[in-house]
Amino acid sequence: MNSADSSPAGLAPAHRALSLWRLRPFVQPYLGHLTLMTTAALLATLAGAVLPLVTRQVIDGPIRHHDRGAVIPLGLLALGFGLVEAVLVFLRRWTMSASALRLESDLRQALYRHLQRMPISFHDHWQSGQVVARTISDLSQIRRFIGFGLIFMVVNSATFVIVGTMLIITDPPLGLLVLACSAPLAWIMYRFETGYRSRSRRVQEKQGDLATLVEESSGGMRTIKAFGRRDLVQDRFHDQATRLRDLELGKVRLLAMIWAIVESQPQLLLAAIMLAGSYPVVHGTITLGTLVAFVALFLLLVWPIESMGWLLATAQEASTATDRVFEVLDAEPAIVDRPHPMPLVRSTGLLRFHNVGFTYPGAARPVLHGINLTIEPGETLALVGSTGAGKTSLAMLVPRLYDVTSGRITLDRHDIRDIRLTDLRRQVGMAFEEPTLFSASVRENLTFGLAGATDDQVAEALEVAQAGFVHELPWGLATRVGEQGLTLSGGQRQRLALARAVLGRPPLVVLDDPLSALDVHTEARVERALRAVLAGTTGLVVAHRASTVLLADRVALLVDGTIAAVGSHHDLLAGDPVYRNLLSAEAELGAAS
Amino acid sequence: MTTPRPSAPAPAGTSAGPSGPGGTPVTAGWRGVAAEQLDDVPGRVGLLLRARSRALLRQLLRPYRRQLWLAVVLVLAQNVTSLAGPLLVGVGIDRAVPALVRHDAVPLLLVVAAMAVSALLDGVLRQQFLVRVGTIGQDVLLELRRRMFAHFQRLSLAFHETYTSGRVISRLTSDLDSLHELLEAGLDGLITALLSVVTIGAILLWLDLPLAAVTLLSLPPLLWLSRWFRRESTSAYRWTREAVALVIVQLVETLGGLRAVQAFRREQRNDELFAELNTNYRRANERAWRLIALFVPAVKLLGNLTTAVVLVYGAYRVMDGAIPLGVLAAFLLYLRRFFEPLQDLSMFYNSYQSATAALEKLSGVLQEVPAVPEPVTATPLREPCGAVQLSNVSFCYRDGTVVLPGLDLTVPAGQTLALVGATGAGKSTVARLLARFYDPQHGSVRIDGVDLRELSDADLRRAVVVVTQENFLFAGTIADNIGFGRPDAPRAAIERAARAIGADEFIRALPDGYDTDVRRRGARLSAGQRQLVAFARAFLADPAVLILDEATSSLDVPSERLVQRALRTVLASRTAVIIAHRLSTVEIADRVLVLEDGRRYCSAGPGGSRSCTRHGGTHSDRPVRRPAGSLAGVPRRHPTPEPLQVNAVRVVLIGTVAWFLAFGVLVALLLVRGPAAEAGHRSWLWTSLAGWTLGLLGIFMAARARHRG
Ligand SMILES: Nc1ncnc2c1ncn2[C@@H]1O[C@H](COP(=O)(O)OP(=O)(O)OP(=O)(O)O)[C@@H](O)[C@H]1O
Ligand SMILES: Nc1ncnc2c1ncn2[C@@H]1O[C@H](COP(=O)(O)OP(=O)(O)OP(=O)(O)O)[C@@H](O)[C@H]1O
Ligand SMILES: [Mg+2]
Ligand SMILES: [Mg+2]
Repeated sequence: MNSADSSPAGLAPAHRALSLWRLRPFVQPYLGHLTLMTTAALLATLAGAVLPLVTRQVIDGPIRHHDRGAVIPLGLLALGFGLVEAVLVFLRRWTMSASALRLESDLRQALYRHLQRMPISFHDHWQSGQVVARTISDLSQIRRFIGFGLIFMVVNSATFVIVGTMLIITDPPLGLLVLACSAPLAWIMYRFETGYRSRSRRVQEKQGDLATLVEESSGGMRTIKAFGRRDLVQDRFHDQATRLRDLELGKVRLLAMIWAIVESQPQLLLAAIMLAGSYPVVHGTITLGTLVAFVALFLLLVWPIESMGWLLATAQEASTATDRVFEVLDAEPAIVDRPHPMPLVRSTGLLRFHNVGFTYPGAARPVLHGINLTIEPGETLALVGSTGAGKTSLAMLVPRLYDVTSGRITLDRHDIRDIRLTDLRRQVGMAFEEPTLFSASVRENLTFGLAGATDDQVAEALEVAQAGFVHELPWGLATRVGEQGLTLSGGQRQRLALARAVLGRPPLVVLDDPLSALDVHTEARVERALRAVLAGTTGLVVAHRASTVLLADRVALLVDGTIAAVGSHHDLLAGDPVYRNLLSAEAELGAAS
Repeated sequence: MTTPRPSAPAPAGTSAGPSGPGGTPVTAGWRGVAAEQLDDVPGRVGLLLRARSRALLRQLLRPYRRQLWLAVVLVLAQNVTSLAGPLLVGVGIDRAVPALVRHDAVPLLLVVAAMAVSALLDGVLRQQFLVRVGTIGQDVLLELRRRMFAHFQRLSLAFHETYTSGRVISRLTSDLDSLHELLEAGLDGLITALLSVVTIGAILLWLDLPLAAVTLLSLPPLLWLSRWFRRESTSAYRWTREAVALVIVQLVETLGGLRAVQAFRREQRNDELFAELNTNYRRANERAWRLIALFVPAVKLLGNLTTAVVLVYGAYRVMDGAIPLGVLAAFLLYLRRFFEPLQDLSMFYNSYQSATAALEKLSGVLQEVPAVPEPVTATPLREPCGAVQLSNVSFCYRDGTVVLPGLDLTVPAGQTLALVGATGAGKSTVARLLARFYDPQHGSVRIDGVDLRELSDADLRRAVVVVTQENFLFAGTIADNIGFGRPDAPRAAIERAARAIGADEFIRALPDGYDTDVRRRGARLSAGQRQLVAFARAFLADPAVLILDEATSSLDVPSERLVQRALRTVLASRTAVIIAHRLSTVEIADRVLVLEDGRRYCSAGPGGSRSCTRHGGTHSDRPVRRPAGSLAGVPRRHPTPEPLQVNAVRVVLIGTVAWFLAFGVLVALLLVRGPAAEAGHRSWLWTSLAGWTLGLLGIFMAARARHRG
């Protein structure tokens, strides 16, 4: 199980300061909303500030002159501004619920889209928990920042500038003193930014690791239970969770420190104002009233300064989150259409391997090399080889789940990399050695690649795969198959996957050990039906058993990553000792039945 | 929930997951019909859920009671120090400046020093408070995380089959995150806000009673507002939790089956499905946010309204000479600080609601009783010899299909039994029963005469190991994966196990040999290689009873032969059940049993295998499917009947009592101030009348709420 801190190598967070800026294209559609929100927030702050003025008016006017009648209009004025403030707050929040959430869901959709289009090799390296963490918690951190943090950063900065100016106007020396004293705060904040950033990044990574661990222990539940390793897995989880807590505590401590500074700094400044302001008062340079006003104004500054700590924290978290999200979004989908892809409606099924070589990304040695093979239209070729010879790797090259690293594969004499990807994949019906089903209805699983399949097509595919059992399921084709198909038996899963591959009779079928989980008799029946299908289409069938090999017209023997021999089953059996060794036990059986 | 309970098929539309106001999924039905919807929360159980989640929270916080009190004391002290600042400024202006005029700088220096000290103290106290509360929060989270994880591990496969790993992830990540938010920001906000409200409320009362009474008039609408908000947002947040789980489920499944997704050009449709779930999640959030968007300004409006009224009324009182001008000014200033925290409070309420919804889900899982529980007092099984006996076992899965209608099977210690039969006949089911992944509905499974239900988990796992049909490798090294069979095994033993089954050669050929990382689900290996590793793992575990469920189906013939040779020597001394389709595998068995429709069909000694299989295999592979409709409609959770709306009643009652208390204080204060209060008694009469009216109103509301319940 994974215990290493897993951030895939080679995806180091570059351009740090710019990371938030990179959200630009996603923010663009909501700029209007954001402006509205910011304006509303500013105006609301101003409307809130009117009340003290009205109060002064009441005191200076009606009360002083004992003018009872004048109180009511002023009260109504206060009421009006209060109403305006509330409406503005409502406006801001309501708009936010529309835009920030939409932005988040846009990002999530983009991420999902991108993930689906990344090559398999990319996902081999990525822990799914990390991906989940990025799609859920990182995105909500970004949303929180855009929806609240950003706006209040603007509003508070504006407040700071306005009040700061007023301070300087009221009393230049004192005002400058106050603003100068805010400088250390800026410096502290900067230090805090760097510390907090690395910490929050580590926390987010660890959360991803934890999610990975959860996913794995949930997927591997049967194995864990089979071996009674609950304690072991729990210990691992505990270990990781404890580490996460320790990291979080680091964050808590840092944040507490910052809060403490942010909290006491204005008070210290107040003391300084007191000290520095009293002497001018005594010397008559300023009046006592000015000092009081100054203090009052300064108190207006306290909240913008105080909230800056929290805002910076959200900004930090958001920018780390953005980094992490773009780490995924920046990865180029390696397997894509070339500039002018060739459309292909229906291939004839002529498949050729020209000196094909393939090395897994990051591996030192090639898995396949020098593969030359031709499969004629309508022909079925069996691929035989020992465990780990590279059969599956070869099969996956055909629908471009991986791209060849040397040589080329042609379909109808066109390099498959020139054909439009969706068109190419539409030609290929594929059955993997692991059935790979999804928790959806049987029908949805069957028509996975052909959403508009007719009932007849479905019935035919079920017939070929001898998967009539689906009608006996409690709700027939509408029955939900458990996650990974685990509520079906092994053979049922495999037949469903087989039916999926042959649904709609694609011109090319690639079947990776398609009958391994079937009993002899079902296998015989599937073979009979399958042979009829394969007669009309080009087939590449990976086989371990002689019975499966007999489906094919010709057999290719894969040894050490290259084709060692091609011929009919009987010729190879007679002439090739390696082949005989691989299939002999089965050959006897095949002859017997 | 101890036995799988079949229930009627739900209409396809309702089972499609996303549900909520206005959320009819376009592609309803793609997910298909399953026996049960695990996450549905029937509305009536809502209150029970809240009570349950609150109980969980209390239970989690109990060990930290003392520390929490300490934290409260700290934050109290900190609030006092932070209030000291403005006060000291006042003192400075009133006393120190005049002193300075008299060339006496000492008072000024004293005041400034006091301000500096209180500032520093403020900082230190705040830091201490935050660290303490943060630590408690993190500890609670850790504890909850561990508990959840452990509980998920204890729950049976039957549970996990319907719950899906995506939900498990969502519970352990996003739900815990929202709890984290509450603990991180909420607690601090709550305490600070409550504190200011109480202190400032007291100050207001002390300043001027009639004005304070006017202020307090705003409380009933406030209570009503928050009641409304709570009622609405509870369902909104519940919806959020479920919506995010669905998003995660889709994500995890897509990533898990990406090969198929890409090979079958599923991206487009998946985008659509995901868009739907994503939108559903967004809408759920939107609803919650809109509620806040209404709630917060409403509170604000109430505050502003009160301020305006106080301003007018206060002005009249000043003009009447009832209060001095300064009192009014102070009153208005404090009023602002009275309502501002109330908004913080509403933010706290928000994160609290979200966390409660998460807690509901979490406590729901924690309440789930493991369907395959360990016995309280286990029968020890020291030296298992491995005699296995199934007597009259009948079993059906959750959907009610009877897989084994009544199976009798005895495997004497040391025997190797081959179990063959058509696909879907129930072979793997037998294996799962032997490994106690499930308990049979009737009959018993025994090892050495002891019912599996009486064995401790450790004993059972030491005695029985099953290599499942779907072998699973964990991300990590090959050695780790093999070592999973026996975690304390030294490297040499691991290599020996690999060598015994012929896996050593390919492992050594890998770039890092035994230390090669096999990656997620063993993606780095070929199918056969994965199977070999899984096999080696079972080999290393060395149990008395070994069950192999098609453990060699993906191997080539030579590898399979190697494995068989190893099996011959290993199985000589132990009980084994081998499930296989290939006769070559079956040949090493002492006895072959054909399973047909969950019944043993025929059995033969060594040598008789071939004819037997052929005979058995001629029958159809279709199991008897009997959806047990008659047992339909049994709800999953049985809530103990509890008066509905009990919380609303409590809120109103508490509100009422608070009102009487508040007016008690009012009266007391009035009496204390007595003659000093100018023009006091008429307004006193007025306010107390208002209080009584409101109190009666509260009682009326309480009665109505109960009546509705
Ligand atoms: N993602 C990967 N990265 C690096 N190496 C890999 C990867 N997947 C497979 N391999 C290695 O490539 C070789 C060929 O694997 P492949 O899955 O093609 O074998 P196979 O012929 O299908 O075997 P089997 O019969 O067991 O299915 C194996 O040695 C395997 O360890
Ligand atoms: N978790 C489950 N929930 C519901 N039904 C199940 C579940 N697992 C298996 N079944 C059903 O029970 C029946 C027996 O399944 P089982 O896996 O025991 O068959 P099997 O004999 O092992 O077949 P195979 O040879 O294909 O592996 C099948 O019809 C299958 O659909
Ligand atoms: Mg393979
Ligand atoms: Mg099975």
